Amino acid sequence: MQSKGEVWVWAEQRAGRLMPVSLELLGKAKELAGSLGTRLVGTLVGDQMDSLAQELIDYGMEKVYLIESQRLKLYQSEAYARLLAELVRQHQPEIFLLGATAIGMDLAPRVAAKLNTGLTAHCADLYLEEIAGKKKLIAAVPGWGGSILVKIVCPVANPQMATVRSGVFERPPKSSGNKGEIVKVSTQLRDEDFRAETVEIVETKPTGILLEEAEIVVGGGWGFQSVGGFKLAEELAEVLGGTTAGTRPAVDAGWVREDRMIGSSGKTVAPKLFVSAGASGAMHFTTGFLKSKVIVAIEQNAKAPIFDVADLGIVGDLGKILPLLIEELKKFGPGQSA
Amino acid sequence: MPLEIFVCVKQTPHPEHFSKISLDPATGSIQRAGIPSVMNPLDKNAVEEALRIREKFSGKVTAISMGPPQAKEVLEEAYAMGVDEGVLLCDSTFAGADTLATAYTLAQAIQKLGRFDLILCGNESIDGATGQVGPQLAEFLGIPHITYVTRLEFQGEREALATREIEYGYLKVKFRLPAAVTVLKSINQYRLPTVMDIMQAAGKEVKTWNCEETGGEKTCLGLEGSPTRVAGLVALQTKRKREILKGSEEEIARMAVKRLHEYGVI
Repeated sequence: MQSKGEVWVWAEQRAGRLMPVSLELLGKAKELAGSLGTRLVGTLVGDQMDSLAQELIDYGMEKVYLIESQRLKLYQSEAYARLLAELVRQHQPEIFLLGATAIGMDLAPRVAAKLNTGLTAHCADLYLEEIAGKKKLIAAVPGWGGSILVKIVCPVANPQMATVRSGVFERPPKSSGNKGEIVKVSTQLRDEDFRAETVEIVETKPTGILLEEAEIVVGGGWGFQSVGGFKLAEELAEVLGGTTAGTRPAVDAGWVREDRMIGSSGKTVAPKLFVSAGASGAMHFTTGFLKSKVIVAIEQNAKAPIFDVADLGIVGDLGKILPLLIEELKKFGPGQSA
Repeated sequence: MPLEIFVCVKQTPHPEHFSKISLDPATGSIQRAGIPSVMNPLDKNAVEEALRIREKFSGKVTAISMGPPQAKEVLEEAYAMGVDEGVLLCDSTFAGADTLATAYTLAQAIQKLGRFDLILCGNESIDGATGQVGPQLAEFLGIPHITYVTRLEFQGEREALATREIEYGYLKVKFRLPAAVTVLKSINQYRLPTVMDIMQAAGKEVKTWNCEETGGEKTCLGLEGSPTRVAGLVALQTKRKREILKGSEEEIARMAVKRLHEYGVI
């Protein structure tokens, strides 16, 4: 018998606003629920969230569980995890998706461990496939050795859980005519839910060009080691009127700030122009910019997989090619004609 | 009471060699034979933080890793940085573990090693990059966890305030020990061992435990204990032009700028 377990999404609210990734997930989850012939259900944890629940319904959620308390207004890791795990045990959804924000990535693994189920992080795609006669969630994650995705499945344990970063799926259309049910869950908090207690949230205004909104991004990798740092990447970004970002190794080398990391565990961007320089093209990096309009790759190793995902490839030494490119752009770059 | 601090460390491929890593088409497991390894960079920050806390109060720092025999190298590196003990969990039964089975195994070993006050981990590894093991380990140990930590301020020996990053901002989290904390790079600048440190570390023994010594339910270990499975590989379809520019470096630079104009992106 085909199980009728629902498809669930944890919708994240922060300071009373829905995180964009929650709505993006909702669109994909709706598709999955449709193929499974089941309902799409949202869960919200926080305080006084009626309007947010309605917003989720406007975006296509059929039912929303509200876990509300004044003490849950800010993210409380243990309380959120326990209450969500209990709700899951009670209703046995088939699939449970969460946004891979810095908070979602804290919550999802703890919930999965409580439920002894599988969790796949930073998925690049989600779809259903028949496995042993049952439609199962395929969570595709970046692999190694070229542009390869690894299909991860959770064949036995339920729910099948996955996290997805912002920018991977598209936000569905909004409609004020949707009907949905809002259910308030009776919530009992315990002292041990607050062994680690969030006491304050500080939201800062980002400075400079927002990476997610930049039209031109120069993403640098480990290859900049050969030129002693990231100066040439910054110069190139400046002359292009864009901003810099980097791979995990570039962040670890201290050249780029952690919040400007591109890739499956960093940010996903889709600028007009993405220039990858000094990166071999591991999928963990490339998934972060595959939706860019034009991709340029500059890399020493002619066989590097980065060239498979680029429109324009330059094989060469960063120390030689970048100064020439910068000089050329100064003469014939943005605002100039070729 | 001296603090018992555990740091989880992982051996990962050297980032310079990422392009040489491939996947076994049958199992989807990582093929990294012959590829140089390093200690996962964020784990070095975790070791550093543990050492600083030990220096401030007093206590013992144990570095623990699960991996193949050569993962002993990262524990030797941890010795060179200054940890008091290195433990390697090494058994073919552990192979194929996903994050849940990895966290379970680490939890078994830590509980068996005795009292624990603080568990420190890098927020995520450079290779798998899931960031899931820290929180899952905390769940198995029954202690709270805080991730994405960029600052730890102790108020006395058993109480602390963590600053944890969120997108465009941070949270302040108050907690008491025991707890698990996963750290980001900006929490500290880790020390680089001297030649003398490395030579002294070479003489120290890494405690190696197999699955019997580690303990736990066999069905919760390795591939068998992993709820997730690799269902295959799929090539990513991209519709890119894949033009490689040819010529002298000067010609390439000129042509590249010309193309960017043609594409209408500059």
